[in-house]
Amino acid sequence: MLELFHYSFIIRGFEAGIIVALIAPLIGIFLVLRRYSLIADTLSHVSLAGVALGLLLKINPLITAIGAAVLSSVAIERMRLSKKIYGESALAIFLSGSLALAIVLISLSHGFNVDLFNYLFGSILTVKQSDVYLIATLGLLIFITIMALYKELVYITFDEESAQVSGIPTRRINIILIVLAALTVSLAIPIVGVLLIAALIVIPVVTALQLRRSFKQTIIIAEIISVFSVIAGIITSFYLNLATGGTIVLITLLIFVLVLLLKK
Amino acid sequence: MQEIDHTHNIIELQHISFSYDNHDNVLEDISFALHKGDYLGIIGPNGGGKTTLLKIMLGLLKPTSGTIKLFGHDIDKFKDWSKIGYVPQKVAYFDNNFPATVEEVVAMGRFAKRGLFHLPTRGDQKKVHDALEQVDMVQYRQKQVGDLSGGQQQRVFIARALATEPEVIFLDEPTVGVDVKTQEQFYELLKKLNKTLDLTLVLVSHELDVVAKEATEVACINCKLVCYCTPKELLKNGGLEQIYGKDLKYILHQHQGEGE
Repeated sequence: MLELFHYSFIIRGFEAGIIVALIAPLIGIFLVLRRYSLIADTLSHVSLAGVALGLLLKINPLITAIGAAVLSSVAIERMRLSKKIYGESALAIFLSGSLALAIVLISLSHGFNVDLFNYLFGSILTVKQSDVYLIATLGLLIFITIMALYKELVYITFDEESAQVSGIPTRRINIILIVLAALTVSLAIPIVGVLLIAALIVIPVVTALQLRRSFKQTIIIAEIISVFSVIAGIITSFYLNLATGGTIVLITLLIFVLVLLLKK
Repeated sequence: MQEIDHTHNIIELQHISFSYDNHDNVLEDISFALHKGDYLGIIGPNGGGKTTLLKIMLGLLKPTSGTIKLFGHDIDKFKDWSKIGYVPQKVAYFDNNFPATVEEVVAMGRFAKRGLFHLPTRGDQKKVHDALEQVDMVQYRQKQVGDLSGGQQQRVFIARALATEPEVIFLDEPTVGVDVKTQEQFYELLKKLNKTLDLTLVLVSHELDVVAKEATEVACINCKLVCYCTPKELLKNGGLEQIYGKDLKYILHQHQGEGE
């Protein structure tokens, strides 16, 4: 078992993976309860366009992914508020639009290669030490912001109108939440990959919601499921030689199904 | 229109008009003032603008013209929102799967009073407890809100509004979808709060009989302010017929499940 820790890439994978596992449900609970789960998927596709741009320009793709996701998240929220376009249509436009852009950019940089495959499905092998620092710094920033706005976010999620009447600046906080979601999505790319991020943000939260606990307990349960899945996923994939991102998501799904069965 | 005494006005509306995107006016030239301890019922036909007026008074919508003062301050400059409690229309938003205990929901009423990072203090916990006591729901504090009955949920939302320590509470069709007996208890509770705490209440309702029985003032809204008087005067002057015309009986008998 301990031989696992002789590999520095595995250690980096654990470090980055656990940070992402901790912040994903913190954002996820607010997205899921606001019927906004699809935004995680949309932002992940936008991140892919960012990754493609990074690969083309030979910049760290994690940085271009963060930039693309954050900018688009603000644009999406603006579109939603303008009410000229339905919320889901705004998401659909960004999702397919950025995927199209990603494919064009990839074809410009001479087609698909192994590198891109890693970003699509995640590979802890691609996590560099500098990525771990970036993930840790931004992860801490996300964590602190959520803690600072925790009360306000809970109130807005429960009942936005009453929160607004009570004097909470709901618009500003909504923008902050969506930017944090964009950051989380892009940080999770190296671990679970662009195509599986939404699962890590949504499934542990949905699983915890089945247990019908208080808000705080729900977050804690989701955190435990998320961290367990990431650790178990990395270990399992190492020994069985499986794709890490897929293994992590399958473990979260397994827990979800078990909880559903136990509830019956 | 009634005389306006500025010293004790909780809310003062002057010549409020409202239209969505330059369409016809939803509200036209509405003026009245609400005083401390009043129990105002806002009635009117569906589509008459009751909910719109409520949203304007709460600052959720901006009037097309006219001015609103809350506690003597212009609404744009008004900062002290904790003086205002709001009980929204329950059926309109509540998600029974939302993971929150009764205590957590009532504590939301304290949130806006606390700045960033601040955890609830012991004082907040006591206020939450007191509010639950007022509505007789202390024993349910650890329960999931989604597991309570409609009437109990409504009490929890009143408690949340009370936890803010407001001077006025706005209620938007609070008993839609609640059975008759529970409704009676609910209005008893409101009456008690109005009398014992001298709490000003604004109740938007399409239930004329309830408003006539409970409120001390009635505002009839059908785009214009048709009348602003006591329930007695309303029934005497035939104000109802002015608003509802010959359909009056029909409306009086279709209570349940209606919203605006």
